[in-house]
Amino acid sequence: MAITAPRQRVDRLGLLLTAAGAAALIGLPFVVFKSNRIVPGEPRALHEVLPLWAALGFQAVLLGDAAVALGVADGRRRLAAALAGIVVLALAVAAAANGLTPPGNKVVRIAPGGASWVLLVSLGLMATDAITRLRPGPLARVLLLALTLVIAGAALAIGTFDNLSVMREYAVNAGRFRAELLRHLWLAGGSLIAALIVGLPLGILCHRVPRLRPPLLGTLNVVQTIPAIALFGILMAPLGALAARVPAAAALGIRGIGAAPAVVALFLYSLLPIVADTVVGLRRVSHEAVEAALGMGMTDNQVLSRIELPLALPVILTGIRVVLVQNIGMVTIAALIGGGGLGTFVFQGIGQNAIDLVLLGAIPIVVLAFSASVLLDALIEALDRTTSVSAGARA
Amino acid sequence: MIRIENLTKQYDATTVVDDVSFDVERNSITVIVGTSGSGKSTLLRMINRLVEPTSGRVLLDGADTRSEPAHLLRRRIGYAIQGNGLFPHRTVAENVATVPRLLGWPEERIRARVTELLEIFQLDPALYASALPHQLSGGQQQRVGVARALAAEPAVLLMDEPFGALDPIIRDKAQEDLLDIQRRFGTTVVFVTHDMDEAFRLGHRIAVMSQGRLLQYDRPATLLTHPADAFVARMTGLSDRALKLLALTTAGEAALPGSSDGPRVASSASLREVLSELLWRRADSALVSGEDGAPCGRLTVAAILARAHP
Amino acid sequence: MSFANFLRLAALALLLTFLLSPQSFAPLFAPLTHYGAPPIYDQGNLLELALAQLATVLCAAAASTVVAVGLGIFVTRPAGAQFLPLSRTLVNIGQTFPPVAVLAVAVPLVGFGEKPTLIALFAYGLLPIFENTIAGLRSSPRAVLEAASGMGMSAGQRLRRVELPLAMPLILEGIRLSLVISVGTATIGSTVAAKGLGEVIIAGLLSSNTAFILQGGLVTGLMAVLLYDALVALERRLAPAVPLD
Repeated sequence: MAITAPRQRVDRLGLLLTAAGAAALIGLPFVVFKSNRIVPGEPRALHEVLPLWAALGFQAVLLGDAAVALGVADGRRRLAAALAGIVVLALAVAAAANGLTPPGNKVVRIAPGGASWVLLVSLGLMATDAITRLRPGPLARVLLLALTLVIAGAALAIGTFDNLSVMREYAVNAGRFRAELLRHLWLAGGSLIAALIVGLPLGILCHRVPRLRPPLLGTLNVVQTIPAIALFGILMAPLGALAARVPAAAALGIRGIGAAPAVVALFLYSLLPIVADTVVGLRRVSHEAVEAALGMGMTDNQVLSRIELPLALPVILTGIRVVLVQNIGMVTIAALIGGGGLGTFVFQGIGQNAIDLVLLGAIPIVVLAFSASVLLDALIEALDRTTSVSAGARA
Repeated sequence: MIRIENLTKQYDATTVVDDVSFDVERNSITVIVGTSGSGKSTLLRMINRLVEPTSGRVLLDGADTRSEPAHLLRRRIGYAIQGNGLFPHRTVAENVATVPRLLGWPEERIRARVTELLEIFQLDPALYASALPHQLSGGQQQRVGVARALAAEPAVLLMDEPFGALDPIIRDKAQEDLLDIQRRFGTTVVFVTHDMDEAFRLGHRIAVMSQGRLLQYDRPATLLTHPADAFVARMTGLSDRALKLLALTTAGEAALPGSSDGPRVASSASLREVLSELLWRRADSALVSGEDGAPCGRLTVAAILARAHP
Repeated sequence: MSFANFLRLAALALLLTFLLSPQSFAPLFAPLTHYGAPPIYDQGNLLELALAQLATVLCAAAASTVVAVGLGIFVTRPAGAQFLPLSRTLVNIGQTFPPVAVLAVAVPLVGFGEKPTLIALFAYGLLPIFENTIAGLRSSPRAVLEAASGMGMSAGQRLRRVELPLAMPLILEGIRLSLVISVGTATIGSTVAAKGLGEVIIAGLLSSNTAFILQGGLVTGLMAVLLYDALVALERRLAPAVPLD
């Protein structure tokens, strides 16, 4: 039970972040320069890659941010300062990349160096802290996310970062990237929908017939402990056999390798959270409301659709959020069995020891998972606010 | 109006309701009273078939309640329970409109009925119709619960300890409101409670249950003057039965012709209240005045005492 | 003995028998292979791989426990209260990062082998333990803490003697969750050349040998289940459930 500390004159988090940022700027490279993909990178400091006025301007902005971080308590100003800092940092790195790239050269690879990453993380923490303190409502959070994505997307589209190594990799793989991204979404979303179609009725059944709960949930729990690649692999043989024996299946695209085993495995992994959360959600609906509904003459199905499911919705949506985030991550591994998705870039990058390729896959995955989480969380909170369903849950 | 015939309910080896029979008169309040475990709630719920009897039957206006699907039966019977069971995700108006909607009433009629009921229950429609249950106080929620039960103009209203969770002042008002509503709509009410005082206040007839069996079914006064056994006597209260008996009669009912220069009492006051007032003022007689204020008789201490025993 | 205990011992016996003498299970796996492929993984010692994976998991778990519990204690003290909202947001954000992504990003930084796997498992394991530590420490009933202070305990004593013991069930649960997830996640480490049962699975994937895949998967699964079980029993010994209401 902590008592909030009296307002310090110097903000501690600000102190920590400023120290980290300053140390990084002095001790770590601002960008890393490689004359081609294979050679090891050479560090470049801030003043080596930007004209003096730019370097000084950039440092001035950082100093301003440090001052805000140390002394300003107002959440909005801190957020504004942090976001401004991130934008300026991004532009500085992009400018550095542009400056170091000889015109027309597509071979050099320039990546943000340690200092840039530390600064990004520090400014990011400052922004996150400010947002946390402001406690925005669900709509505000979604808008903030959308705004960030739009601005970042626009910057990427107009080519601000084209000379960065990650974007170079993108340029090489542009066509495939779009395909794999869509495929990734397809696999993650598709398995979720399949799990909902099967899992929701199963959950309702488990709620109505309590005897089913231990065996069903127990089985699903066992499925969860099987590591993902193992499950993918285990499904390959039967699906391959199915494709071989039943032509219709092969025509549908079901084969031993590729997307089919991945989708089936993801479907199986998604069942437990959906079924479990459906059961928990239904259990928390107040008995009185259900009894009153029955007593008023609603049929069992009417009670389910008008009372129980709407009131269980927030918990069920929490299960959906968990599954969606989990699936977006697991589709990455599907690349190992030829399933496609952004994981192909990740594992190719690992194989070629090219971090930029890895980042090309990993960054969109993280952005997708994070966005899904924010959106669904906002939806859950919005639902809860309009009904204060917690008032309807049993104590 | 409601005939309960040999209702029995058994769960495995336990008999929760044991061969209970009685009749409920139209346009009255019947209170089923007993301690927890007496089977009173189960009995009530066999009337609207939330619990199906092991044996016996319920006749509603002469027709067996099993002659139609349960959910259709329940749409004709009002049901109010402890804790209300208001739907937290629906507004007050939507809650009240539930059964009329299930019955397919036209929108206009529903809207009118909801407004009418909210006004009767002293919930300003402009303020409360689109409020959510959690925004209301406990007493307001309870009123919405009863309004919801009456929305479709049922002839029968079943209530299972609906005022149990209210604090004494609000409960008192709720009981008063129920008496008013019953008089106004002429509904036949079956009310379950463990509170004997509540039973005496509300019931035209009281059914005393213990361990699944019906011990006595009578008017409140008869329960006091002629209890069926020692258990019933204890339940109704041995220590102040004389005063309880006096509380059942009003001054207006017992007034003698004549006048008095003693204190004025309303004809709606109970004999118990009149006696208390006379003792306090050290007077021998009181002047009874009707609702309009005009005198309609007198009451003496002696006359009152004459009614304090069987 | 109860049916559950019998199952547990049988599972443990099965696992140990298989790891110590895998070849004796060859006829069982033979039908799953074709073209005369070896039914039992022969490119390495299964027992060694299992132990290596377990070692990696336990190492990472120990590190994340120390850091997570320490951080958890810090942010629930007055000195660290400023960092509490931020840390909870970070925990929430961190949970959306797929472990694979963390692993993938760690490789180019620290190379292949055990190191990136340890980093990924450490990072991913922090979250359940940290959240549960905070939840456990914050759920100490006010009355109990006031009594402790009233008796003259210093803050440190209160922490050691009252808050931590009361929070123990939740903390242990967090450690248990973290460990079990790690066992499964560690198999992915084999894609970056960490020693473990993932090797068996990947070998199976590469040569279409279902027997290998099953061996790797089932052993990992069994290990995870037995570990979970053992920890639940340990939890019950160390911290009997105390109703806090």
